[in-house]
Amino acid sequence: MPSEYLGVLIFLMVATAFSIGALVLGEFFRLRRPYAEKLMPYESGNIPVGEPHMRFSVKFYIIAMLFVVFDVEAVFLYPWAVVFDKIGLYAFVEMVIFIVILFVGYIYAWRKEAFVWD
Amino acid sequence: MLQQLFFGYYAFMIIILSLLVVTRGNPVHSVMWMLLLFFHIAGLYLFLNAEFIAAIQVIVYAGAILVLFLFVVLLLNLREELSLRQIAGSWPAAFFIVAALFITVTAALGAYVQGPVGSYSIEAIRSETHTKALGRLLYTEYLFPFEIASLILLVAVVGAVVLAKRKLRS
Repeated sequence: MPSEYLGVLIFLMVATAFSIGALVLGEFFRLRRPYAEKLMPYESGNIPVGEPHMRFSVKFYIIAMLFVVFDVEAVFLYPWAVVFDKIGLYAFVEMVIFIVILFVGYIYAWRKEAFVWD
Repeated sequence: MLQQLFFGYYAFMIIILSLLVVTRGNPVHSVMWMLLLFFHIAGLYLFLNAEFIAAIQVIVYAGAILVLFLFVVLLLNLREELSLRQIAGSWPAAFFIVAALFITVTAALGAYVQGPVGSYSIEAIRSETHTKALGRLLYTEYLFPFEIASLILLVAVVGAVVLAKRKLRS
C-alpha cells in the first residue's frame, strides 16, 4: 500500500463519517410535520404525471456506449503522454493508428446520425 | 499488520457488496451497490501499488460503465422486475457449482509454490512510477494488444449504432 495515499484515505473516512453523521444528527433535531403536498414527488412545482418507472428511450444507450468507448480511448492517452518523450516517433505513429481506427467509428456514428436526437 | 488489516477490509467488503449486488430485488439498487463495489476494487488495486489501474477503475468503471449499466436497467421495464426474486429457482445448481469450485480451490492451495521474483518489483515500480512503467511496456512490448483494443472499441461503436439506430431519416 503506497503510504502517500494515507491523506486520501483520511479524506474518504471523514467524508463518509460527515455524511452519515449529518443524516443521523438530523434525525434528532428536525421537525416532522408531513402533509399531502409536502410528501408529493418534487417535479419543479408541477403535479407529477405518469409512472416513475417508465421505459427509457434506446437513444440513451447509444450516448452511453459512445461515452464509454471514447472515455476508454482518452484513458489510453494518459500513459502514452507520460512516456512520449522516451519512445518518441514510434509512440506517435502507433497512437495515430489507434486514433485513426477509432476515428473511423466516429465518422460511422456521425454519418449514421447517431448524434442526432430525433 | 496494517497491510493485512487493509486487505482484510477490502476483501470482506468486496464479498459483502458483491452479495448485495446479486441479491437486490430492485436492479437500480444493485447498480448503486455496484458503484460502491467498484470503489473498493479500486482500493484493492491501490493496495497492490497499481495507482494508474486504481484511477482507471474509478474513472472508467465507476464513471462510464456504470452509467451504461444504469441506462440498460432503465431501458428494461422495471415494474415487473421489482417483484422478482432473483435467487429463487436455480439456487441448488448454483450451490453445487460454487461448492465444487470451493473444494477445487482449497485442494489446489496445498500445491501453491511462490514463483521467482520478476524485474517489476514494488521498489522498481515506485522508483519509476506506475503510469510510466505501464506506458513504457504497453507502447513497446504490448503494442499489438493495444492496437487490437482500438478495433474492439470500433466494434463497440458500430455495434451500438447498428443495434439502436436502425432507421435513417430520409
